[in-house]
Order: sequence, then structure tokens, then C-alpha cells
Amino acid sequence: MSTLHTVNKSPFERSNLQACLGHAQNGDSVLLIEDAVFAAIAGNTFAPKLADAAQDIKLFVLGPDLKARGMDPAKVVDGVNIIDYEGFVDLAAASSTIHSWL
Amino acid sequence: MKFGILVNEGPYNHQASDSAYRFAKAAIDKGHEIFRVFFYYDGVLNATAHSEPPSDDRNVIKNWQKLAADHKVDLVVCVAAGLRRGIVEASLAPGFRISGLGQLIEAGIQADRMITFGD
Amino acid sequence: MEDDFEAGTVKKFMFVNRKPPYGTVYALEVLEMVLISAAFDQDVHIAFLDDGIYQIKKGQDTKDLGMKNFSPTYRALEGYDIEKLFVERECLEERGLSEDDLLVPVEVISRAEMGKLMAEMDVVLTA
Repeated sequence: MSTLHTVNKSPFERSNLQACLGHAQNGDSVLLIEDAVFAAIAGNTFAPKLADAAQDIKLFVLGPDLKARGMDPAKVVDGVNIIDYEGFVDLAAASSTIHSWL
Repeated sequence: MKFGILVNEGPYNHQASDSAYRFAKAAIDKGHEIFRVFFYYDGVLNATAHSEPPSDDRNVIKNWQKLAADHKVDLVVCVAAGLRRGIVEASLAPGFRISGLGQLIEAGIQADRMITFGD
Repeated sequence: MEDDFEAGTVKKFMFVNRKPPYGTVYALEVLEMVLISAAFDQDVHIAFLDDGIYQIKKGQDTKDLGMKNFSPTYRALEGYDIEKLFVERECLEERGLSEDDLLVPVEVISRAEMGKLMAEMDVVLTA
């Protein structure tokens, strides 16, 4: 079974996302929540790393956190799926372990 | 499915408690069970009876209390972390209870999934 | 699924430390969590990566801060049968540290090995 990794900080402030991507296994899911959602917007300098990761890892971003911060869902990096809290719960239930990178 | 939730941060300073609450609510709405929510570190401050946020803001403590009342969710505050921060029986909002860290480990064992919300 | 639990369940727990001591309380309170977990006869792993490595740096002296130096407690974990301590090699190197700088015996593993180990866990607790 796979792991759901959650990350809640911008990669411009903390190394959580970098650390998470460095440890996630093929087939795992990574969900960006809270201040990590900024990483998912195309054009930021971290976005190419996400696009790279999307080849082996399933990437998600929490829609309500995007919306709260005025981030345009249309500008989310290709390969990153927008989900709501229901989708978050589904991901958590479908993964055997949840690793919150703090 | 049974979820265990660990909340590491207090209300208002961090989004952690709000995110945990939204997750818990969505899980219950989907028919899952919340086995326990454990409040640790500054997370114990979520249990204070003395919080009075401005009326145009959400009330984080009341949100948890309502969830506990409506769905019998077990809200447990760590006794040691609480003592450090002045959260004791007398300061507890209804719906929360104080117990030991063993309750967190037990949640990890008994719940199908354990999820942490923090800083 | 809901009835899987039996009294004898042993799960793989991992406590992941990425934060240094003293600047915040996380390291100390994670350690308190680890000590309690020993009473539950679970398969406990402790991972030190990124700045979490500084938790087990030799020579900590908090006298001038008036804070408790809890670093000796890591050496006491063995007495609680908690012996699976892992440190990520890349994180040591990034910080100019080596295994000799650590105050407790650990297994130094690569980032790739750490990722695989994490994937084997049932419960991962972080702070």
C-alpha cells in the first residue's frame, strides 16, 4: 500500500516539501495544504520540481486553501489535481499510512 | 474506517486546528468514524473555556465542541502538555477531557489511519 | 476493516524528528511521546533527519539558558527497549557532522533507505 504525504508550508519558507519529495516512493500521493499551495501555481521557481515529481508521485492540492489565498485554479501546474476536503479524506482512506511533513 | 487525529498547534496562531476540524467533519460526513482527536504541544490550547474570538470570526473551540456533541467524538487533551501551558480540568471547555499521552499511542494502534496537523 | 484490532496488535510506529532542540519545544515533547510508546509494546522507530539531527548532537549544555538539557534521555531509550534510531546520512553531511558527533548509537542510512523505511510504517508521528 502507499503513503499519503501532506505538506503545509511554502517551499520558499521551509524545506518540508523538498524533504517530502526526497522520501516519497513511486505511487505515493502528496497533498499540498495550507501555505504549501503556493508551490502548485505555475511560474514559481519550485514548479519544475513538482512537475518532475509528478512522473512518479500523484500530486494534489487542496482547493479551499488555494481559493482562500487568491490562487487561480486554472494556473495550477500540470499533473497536480485539485481536491476538496472530501477528496482529502478519500486519499487518506485509500493510503495505508499518512505522513504529515512538519 | 476509523481515523485518529493529532493536533499539534493551538487555535488562531496556526491553521492546523482548522484543517484538522475540516478533515474530521468531512470524514464524518462521508460515514467514517473519528476514533479520537488528541491535542498535544500548544494544541492543548484548543480546549480552553476562556476563548472569545471576535463575532465575525469562526470559533475554533466551539467548532470542536459541536463536533464532539453531535458525533460523540472523543476530544483528549494531553495532561503533561496541558499542565505546562495552564490547561487543567478547571480551564477545560465542555466536550474535552484530559488524559495521558498513552491515549495518543492507543489511537495510533486502534485507528485504521492516524493523521497529524501541525506547524 | 473496523474489527482488525486485537489486543496483541503490534504496529510499526515512526517518530520523525526534523526540528532542533531548545528553539521550540517539539523535540522535548516528541521524546516524552516516545517514552510513553514504550509501554505499548509496539515496533518503535525514531528517525532523525534535517535539523532533527541536532537533537542528538554531543556536548549540549543548557545551563546558561536555564532550560532542561534533555539530551541524556536519548541514551536512556535503550533501557526502554527502544533501539531503532535512524539518522539520514545526507543530512549529517549537509551539516558538516559525522556519526562521531552523535551522543547515542544510531544506524546511519541513506535518504533512499530512509524513504523505503518510512514506507514500511503503519503510523508516522511528526512535530
